[in-house]
Amino acid sequence: MDSLATVIVAMLAGSLRVSTPFLFVSLGECLTEKSGRINLGNEGALVLGAMVAYATSYETGSPWCGVLAAAFAGLLLGGLHGAICSMTRINDVAMGIAFMLAGTGIAFFFGKPYVQPSAPLLPGIPFGFWLESPRFANALMVSPLFILGVAAAFALHWFFRTTRMGLRIRIVGDSQDAALALGLPINRTRLLATGCGSALAGIGGAFLSLCYPGSWNEGLSSGQGLMAVALVVFARWNPINCVYASLLFGAAGALGPSLQTVGFTWGYYLFYAAPYVVTLVVLIITAKGGQSLRGMPGQLSIGR
Amino acid sequence: MNDATMHAIGVEAIGIGKRFGAFNALSDVSMKVHPATVHGLLGENGAGKSTLVKCLLGYYRADEGSLLVDDKEVTIERPADADALGLGMVYQHFTLVPSMTVAENLVMARRNVPGVIDWRSELAQLEDFMRGMPFKVPLTVEAGSLAAGERQKTEIVKQLYLQRRFLVLDEPTSVLTPQEADEMLGLVRDLAHSGQLTIVIITHKLKEVAKFVDEVTVLRRGKFAGAGLVRSLGPTDLTAMMIGEPHAPADPERLGAPVNEVRLEVRDLRTANDGGRAGLSVDHLTVNAHEIVGIAGVSGNGQKDLLEVLGGQQPMQSGTIAVDGTPYGATRAESQALHVRVLPEEPLRNGCVPGMSVVDNLALRSFDRGETKTPRRWLDRAGMAARARSMIQAYGIRAPSAEVPIGVLSGGNVQRCVLARELDGVVRLLIVANPCFGLDVKAVAETRARIMAARNAGTAVLLISEDLDEIMELSDRIVVMHGGKVVHEMPAAGADPQEIGKHMLGHG
Repeated sequence: MDSLATVIVAMLAGSLRVSTPFLFVSLGECLTEKSGRINLGNEGALVLGAMVAYATSYETGSPWCGVLAAAFAGLLLGGLHGAICSMTRINDVAMGIAFMLAGTGIAFFFGKPYVQPSAPLLPGIPFGFWLESPRFANALMVSPLFILGVAAAFALHWFFRTTRMGLRIRIVGDSQDAALALGLPINRTRLLATGCGSALAGIGGAFLSLCYPGSWNEGLSSGQGLMAVALVVFARWNPINCVYASLLFGAAGALGPSLQTVGFTWGYYLFYAAPYVVTLVVLIITAKGGQSLRGMPGQLSIGR
Repeated sequence: MNDATMHAIGVEAIGIGKRFGAFNALSDVSMKVHPATVHGLLGENGAGKSTLVKCLLGYYRADEGSLLVDDKEVTIERPADADALGLGMVYQHFTLVPSMTVAENLVMARRNVPGVIDWRSELAQLEDFMRGMPFKVPLTVEAGSLAAGERQKTEIVKQLYLQRRFLVLDEPTSVLTPQEADEMLGLVRDLAHSGQLTIVIITHKLKEVAKFVDEVTVLRRGKFAGAGLVRSLGPTDLTAMMIGEPHAPADPERLGAPVNEVRLEVRDLRTANDGGRAGLSVDHLTVNAHEIVGIAGVSGNGQKDLLEVLGGQQPMQSGTIAVDGTPYGATRAESQALHVRVLPEEPLRNGCVPGMSVVDNLALRSFDRGETKTPRRWLDRAGMAARARSMIQAYGIRAPSAEVPIGVLSGGNVQRCVLARELDGVVRLLIVANPCFGLDVKAVAETRARIMAARNAGTAVLLISEDLDEIMELSDRIVVMHGGKVVHEMPAAGADPQEIGKHMLGHG
């Protein structure tokens, strides 16, 4: 009984941790897809962000500088993707794969010297300070980036509904004809959305290297940037749903480590595959035959 | 809105010329539109109507000629210039953003949208504005969920909201039922005659012109072909101006009555519903030999799904389809065995491989079968080319050569190719969708005559069309679809378009 409670607490705590990179990448992907483009390169932005954040934090001694630098690195990578896709006859999916490889490659190349040294990490906020059990208190140690991510989700939701820029992004993403008739700058809007989306993905990377697991190495990301694409489909392109979806994926990701904490040794590594299984299941459930997805931006290349 | 801006404006185009490369789209065309009138701009497809209005609205820059707005010369180089003068246009393909509400669409169409939108005050202002409108549209509904008629009204409301005083409507009634069309045109005419707005309607429907239009300008092949008051012009004058001949081609002759022999029988057909849109739910539908059954309906009421199921482009969920009493699943083997042919809408997209040659496309139905219907493994290229030559000749297909990709042919010639291929050999059941969309008067007459000839020869024809006049003209029996269901069935002889329209809207 006690071990079951441990597993549940560990999963709850783990889902808060594991979900944060999912949350940032999916918000970024949601922003980009709302403008009618897909950016698979966010996986690259995530890894590059992780490396840049760790390196900056090590060099300057300030983890928050690292977060900012990660966002900036993502902005550059996404901006480049957006600029290249503005040219005619460039496929955003193929270009995204190229940027995924480029982003991780650059990160590995420049990140080599930072694998060994330890940089200052972002401290968590101890919401569990009133608890006596150190195990529970530790579980409620919440990263400020998680809170920032949830705030960003609500901000994005508000942005899409009540700001000129947000509505313009939705128009460009949903109906190219309408955007042309209104005289909106389609490519510029998508460039902006792709750049800012990748900046969010970069912050997600900063969480990986500066909060949890909290180190820099080449095996840091396990495909969160790609799974975020499925997550956005699951969240029906709604930023607030992205929070719930990220928590679900986070809980799945925390399953393996939580079982390990109670000494569950047989086949626990199978449970490490839980997020991928969830991704598969989500995609199969949401892609029922012959139906178009509700809420999908009309100009998305996978939907046309 | 202040009253000074609330007056209709007159527009005059003088000697407009526009070239696209070596092609003269317009030469020396003039049009005078008096303020507060409904002006009809008539002409066949390709006559230059849209080019002319696009020059007026700044989408194209005219090579020659001048524009007067309220008798003052103006230069319009960009859509924004036309916008500033109060000129606007409602396109045939609507430009509302489907996933946004009507209110969001209206506000975002404005030029000066604030960075952060205060929806409470905007909605209050919109409701205020809507009270002064002749027709109401719901503000908080997503534009994509509106019916075609409602969307058309929303587009017009949007133009009024943007304080346009001169409005071009491009084929405004092509997606409406007769009732909706009459209502909308009546309202638009009242707006014009009350002095608020000047209207130009691009159309080829002479009935509408006679009923709602004050004056017309007619174009033919990029040139001015005539103008005048509708009161003093008869339909024959207008036809003569439009096609250069006094009489429209005669209707194809119908020979013999339908035979009581069921060729196509559809029972309890259901398809999945897609994102809130209801799927098909057709309980019973038959087509007899020697009969054309016309399916009428506002677009988006299941006609396309029915075509896709019968043509093999969409699976059905349940139900049975039988051709000549044999179950039919629209596979290639079945369609070859039972002699079922399909003339789909947008034939280049749905019935051709654009990158393959005319010869190959003409052989798509038969290339894998020998004379004796045995499977063929090696293509008979010489035979294919010979058959293509005879089809090209028989159907008057104009192509630079039979070896060019079919995608380079004009729409009318692609249509002829597909028609030639689908009517080749024995045809027991022919399924046709919007066969005359985008064709000129002569090609329309030719296509309809071919369909009628097939029927006269005993083929069962299922005709799906958004053009009610076409259905009334060709059909022996009319079936009305609404919301994926067959809601009414009647013999075509003596059918009343108003009655059909009522069923198309789902009341009746």
